[in-house]
Amino acid sequence: MSAAVADAPDRPVAAARLSITDAADGGLILALAGRLDAYSIAQVWAQARAALDAAPSRRVSVDASAVVYCDGGGLAMLVDLLRQPRAPDAAVTVRGLRPEFQTLLNQYDISLLGAPAAPPVERADAIAEIGHAAATLGRDMRTQIGFIGETSGALWYAITHPSRVRWKDVWYTCEQVGANALPIVALISFLLGVILAFDAAVPMRRFGAELFVADLVGLAIVRELGPLMTAILLAGRSGAAFAAEIGTMKVNEELNALTTMGLDPVRFLVVTRIIAAVLMVPLLSFFADLIGVLAGGVTMLSFNIPFVTYVNEVASAVDLTDVLAGLVKTPVFAILIAGIGCLRGLQTQTGASAVGISTTRAVVSAIVLLVAVDGIFAVIYYILDI
Amino acid sequence: MSAPSASAPIVRVEGLTVGYDDNVILHDVNFSVSRGEVFMILGGSGSGKSTLLKHMIGLYQPMAGHVFIDGADIVTAEGAARQAILTKFGVTYQSGALFGSMTLLENVRLPLEEYTDLPLPAMDLIARMKLELVGLEVFCGHMPSEISGGQQKRAAIARAMALDPAILFLDEPSAGLDPITSAELDTLIRRLAANLGITFVIVSHELASIYAIGDRVIMLDKRSQGIIAEGDPRVLRDSSDNPLVRQFFRREVEPEAETA
Repeated sequence: MSAAVADAPDRPVAAARLSITDAADGGLILALAGRLDAYSIAQVWAQARAALDAAPSRRVSVDASAVVYCDGGGLAMLVDLLRQPRAPDAAVTVRGLRPEFQTLLNQYDISLLGAPAAPPVERADAIAEIGHAAATLGRDMRTQIGFIGETSGALWYAITHPSRVRWKDVWYTCEQVGANALPIVALISFLLGVILAFDAAVPMRRFGAELFVADLVGLAIVRELGPLMTAILLAGRSGAAFAAEIGTMKVNEELNALTTMGLDPVRFLVVTRIIAAVLMVPLLSFFADLIGVLAGGVTMLSFNIPFVTYVNEVASAVDLTDVLAGLVKTPVFAILIAGIGCLRGLQTQTGASAVGISTTRAVVSAIVLLVAVDGIFAVIYYILDI
Repeated sequence: MSAPSASAPIVRVEGLTVGYDDNVILHDVNFSVSRGEVFMILGGSGSGKSTLLKHMIGLYQPMAGHVFIDGADIVTAEGAARQAILTKFGVTYQSGALFGSMTLLENVRLPLEEYTDLPLPAMDLIARMKLELVGLEVFCGHMPSEISGGQQKRAAIARAMALDPAILFLDEPSAGLDPITSAELDTLIRRLAANLGITFVIVSHELASIYAIGDRVIMLDKRSQGIIAEGDPRVLRDSSDNPLVRQFFRREVEPEAETA
């Protein structure tokens, strides 16, 4: 093979050089020499373009006979010189290029490469933007309503045909959502109880009313904070995991595989996760209630309230209705978290960043809806005087 | 077609033993690739072709042995030395592995942005010419998800060539391509090898490609955990005395499998 092969591997041999001379016929000669590759040509390229632009009406001849190596970078430079729009009597020509490089140059259609790289992005006007946004919102809502219907149907089917549910998947998800979340739920609710009790006890001590901290902590944790904090924790932990799992399956075409096997992804993936969440979230919330109330008692020890006194006070303030009022909300939270996580996962577009987008949307919409639904419950309880 | 035997091999694999955990896949593999050669790694499914390739490009750490790329050992190299080796070669993966958040043009331009000091229009032109080489110039504003699987593969080859490396590692480049595109790809590889002296290391089991472009091949086998044949593919097809090699090249089913 020719010298090009021998030159190829050694990168910094002879850097690209350019010398500009005037030809006898009034034209311009750009003599290139050395090695033309992407690492070495930046300067030469700029110089050559400048020389070309400075002589718009002169014939330009690019003498490449001293070029020892010319890869894609060098070819791009030659194409760039050739593609400049010039008058017919001021054309640019390349001569003396070694045949092996000329072959490579010949495979490009210069006129094609002169065209702009990408079609210009059309800027839509404000009205069209609003219209698009509204249409997207409408489509999104339709998808969600469709999803709710499909999921309800699949859940009803699961209730009426319990033997068709994939219980192995359900237990596995229960472990992921429930058992594995115990430490983080315990930690957060313990800290929540301590902070709540401490913040309340300091001002209440001024009225000698430290004991009533027990009422406050008990009611706040059992009715609101226990279930809500557990749900928000699980939205970040399990809702995001559901969206990422299902999203990745979608990207890998596993969902298509399920569909073409005649298996409904909603029954296969969504129902099991919703059942697991509905089983686990109430248990976790009750666990959070206990730990939170206990933490309040531990804090009150430092305010000289014995634990027995604290427990008695909690028992007199919090009755079964309060505990149930808190726990009744939790299955609804569970359906929200698991449903939204799965929906966002199913809505995943293609590509790696799509999974990230789905996960983010799952967590954000779940938390917003959790707080909103909690508010609705508060209003209902107020009206029913619970 | 291969370079003179006097020149040092550009890739040299010495005593390479690879595997996962205790499971050895390839045991004590030795071979070398000459400059400007189209070198192909063949073998049935599960014979360790892709695993071998991933060790050659330094993605995985072998159990034992060395891989020298242009004289430098990629197994032991770290930091700047490793970086220097990595710029000597380009790689395309089986799935293409284009960055989904970038257009094709941006995908191809990325290495140029990181390793050269060219101005943006110059990088754009180089990137477009690379895409033109693989017939995708018209798609340069598209996202990878908007083109077909075969097109993604070709775009990945364009990206691997962005810096015109001395060596290109291709993992099953023609799998999933139609025969015409596949033949065009073969022509492209042949032309780049001949005119630019680029060395190709290609994992493949497309017989048409192997005969069309392979200067030299090695064939791996699962049971022998290593190389069972080495040489010119046409010669191996016609005169190998190893039954496994003959089966592979003649697309025959194993006799015992037929009777079983």
